Amino acid sequence: MPLLEVSDLRTHFRTDDGIVKAVDGVSFTVDKGQTLGIVGESGCGKSVTCLTIMGLNPKRSSIISGEALFKGSDLLSMSPRQLREIRGDDIAMIFQDPMTSLNPVHTIGRQLIEAVLLHRDVTKKQARARAVELLKAVGIPRAERRVYDYPHQFSGGMRQRVMIAMALINDPDLLIADEPTTALDVTTQAQILRLMKQLQREFGSAIIMITHDLGVVAETADDVVVMYAAKVVERANVDEIFTRPRMPYTWGLIGSLPRLDADVDRLVQIGGQPPSLLNPPRGCRFHTRCPYVMNVCRTEEPRLLPVPGADGHLQACHLDEETKQREAEKLLASTLAEVG
Amino acid sequence: MLQFLIRRVLWAALLFVSVTVVTYVIFFLAPANPERQICGGERATTACLDEVSDKLALDRPIYIQYSKFLWRLVEPTVSYAGPVPVPHPKFDLGQSFITQQSVNTIVKNAAPVTAALVFGGAILWLLIGLSAGIFSALRPRSLLDRVSMTFVLIGISAHPVWLGLIFSYFFGFKLGIAPITGYCDFFNPNEAFGCGGPLDWAHHMILPWFTFAILGSALYVRMIRANVMDTMNEDYVRTARAKGAPETQVMRSHILRNALLPVVTMLGMDIGLSLGGAVFTEAVYSLPGLGGVAVQAVNQYDLPIVQGVVVFSTVAIIVFNLIVDILYGWIDPRIRLE
Repeated sequence: MPLLEVSDLRTHFRTDDGIVKAVDGVSFTVDKGQTLGIVGESGCGKSVTCLTIMGLNPKRSSIISGEALFKGSDLLSMSPRQLREIRGDDIAMIFQDPMTSLNPVHTIGRQLIEAVLLHRDVTKKQARARAVELLKAVGIPRAERRVYDYPHQFSGGMRQRVMIAMALINDPDLLIADEPTTALDVTTQAQILRLMKQLQREFGSAIIMITHDLGVVAETADDVVVMYAAKVVERANVDEIFTRPRMPYTWGLIGSLPRLDADVDRLVQIGGQPPSLLNPPRGCRFHTRCPYVMNVCRTEEPRLLPVPGADGHLQACHLDEETKQREAEKLLASTLAEVG
Repeated sequence: MLQFLIRRVLWAALLFVSVTVVTYVIFFLAPANPERQICGGERATTACLDEVSDKLALDRPIYIQYSKFLWRLVEPTVSYAGPVPVPHPKFDLGQSFITQQSVNTIVKNAAPVTAALVFGGAILWLLIGLSAGIFSALRPRSLLDRVSMTFVLIGISAHPVWLGLIFSYFFGFKLGIAPITGYCDFFNPNEAFGCGGPLDWAHHMILPWFTFAILGSALYVRMIRANVMDTMNEDYVRTARAKGAPETQVMRSHILRNALLPVVTMLGMDIGLSLGGAVFTEAVYSLPGLGGVAVQAVNQYDLPIVQGVVVFSTVAIIVFNLIVDILYGWIDPRIRLE
């Protein structure tokens, strides 16, 4: 049994302009101790997917359907109280912006201790010891003293380490990381990713890594879900995604990775804008930007189908297998050396 | 900390001097003629006018008069606490032009009335502001929210004098549940009104408190509602929920703790400001507070009393701002003083 099995998840928001289908039929699974990367542009619904699983969307304006089975029980139909017991204990979350994700008026010790005391029946002193232990584990020097410091006394990278410590403090089975490195500078990004990988080995947690950066996926993920305009357009393990991508949007993402070897004036980009989720295009949602667009793409929505001869590789595209094979090889010949 | 205090005291002194200078200048720019008032208006004799302006030094330049005023305040004196001599500035505000009463006594008598009105009213407006503000932030656009927003609109628009008259009429005259006007001392029975003691005191203060609190609470409901709604969307609130914290704990420890920081600043300033006299409320209910004293003194060109009230309210504002600053360093670690 997978640790988390999400099937046909839909999150729709009621707004003044109409219903925004932020997540529209997303399915994936996460196995114990594995890392799943969810990739996509801003606004494609990857963050909302995870916030929905955590039950952190605004209650009144959202309409949620589907299933998210965590160890066999559905997170979406749980009472708020049951969900609270799982949140921060079995499933923990790291957010994008460490500068705003910690409460500025409490010491980081107090915030870590709060996380322990909410789920463990221990004394404050034991909780503090646990907090210090975790701060040491995430590489914060002089942790015994720094628990008494406030968030503003830490740098961005250090605050993200504190967030990771807070997420791991109750030894969760699943860690959801929502763009954990986006707000950090490049060298710090690498440190944080390395730290997360190392801690994953120590704690044995599964990770859902939400990112718009294929580089992060290549470095951390076992499986990859590519999302576009609230839907999953491709799903495969990380090697398949980088060696046999089967969806033009994925090609666009891979093609737009910055390259060091080629002497180009401009970075390659996917032309056009992501569609509005208030009123998404008919047929394939990517057809407005797809260089391979055919008539059928404008009318008929492609289903998420298995790629022949590749176990567990799913893709949603009307193009025939031959063209896909040819185009993917062409793309990879020019890019893969860089991604490595 | 010491450096901070020294800097604050110097600023306070500068503020004090500029406020009092401005009062003096305004007083002398206005076509006022205090000696004529004192000598009986139209019927004043030249002899009387000369005598008065000589005695009160009204014929001297402004800066001389102002320095005399300052000197009376800071002149070193020694008083005895038992047998121990305590040197201190004189803090003498002078005497009323009209009645020759000591201004210190006048302020000392009026200040507790205003303080009772302001602190009681502030407690009331905080209670209303906090409860209505928090609940409307939790349920925006609900019936409760709409009711409290209507209250805000009325509270901000309605003038205290009008409110006071309405309250007096309905609750005082029609329903008879509270006295219409007058003040009873908290400690000493008042011969003229024949009342006194805490109960009578509170009974007489109910309507003034409500009248005074309406404007304040309207402003605070709106401010607290906006602050709480802003803070609810902060990332650290989501972090707290992601930790599994129950809503009450999220509200108390993460939302309110942050949302109420600016309220502390506002409250300090508003209380300091109001201590200078809640003029309208005091006027409607004939409370013998600083506001009434100041209005009467301005009408009679009684500069020492006006100046006395100005000095008192300036000091009140300075002191309350200092309290807020010190308090702020304690409740907001980001600006804690090194």
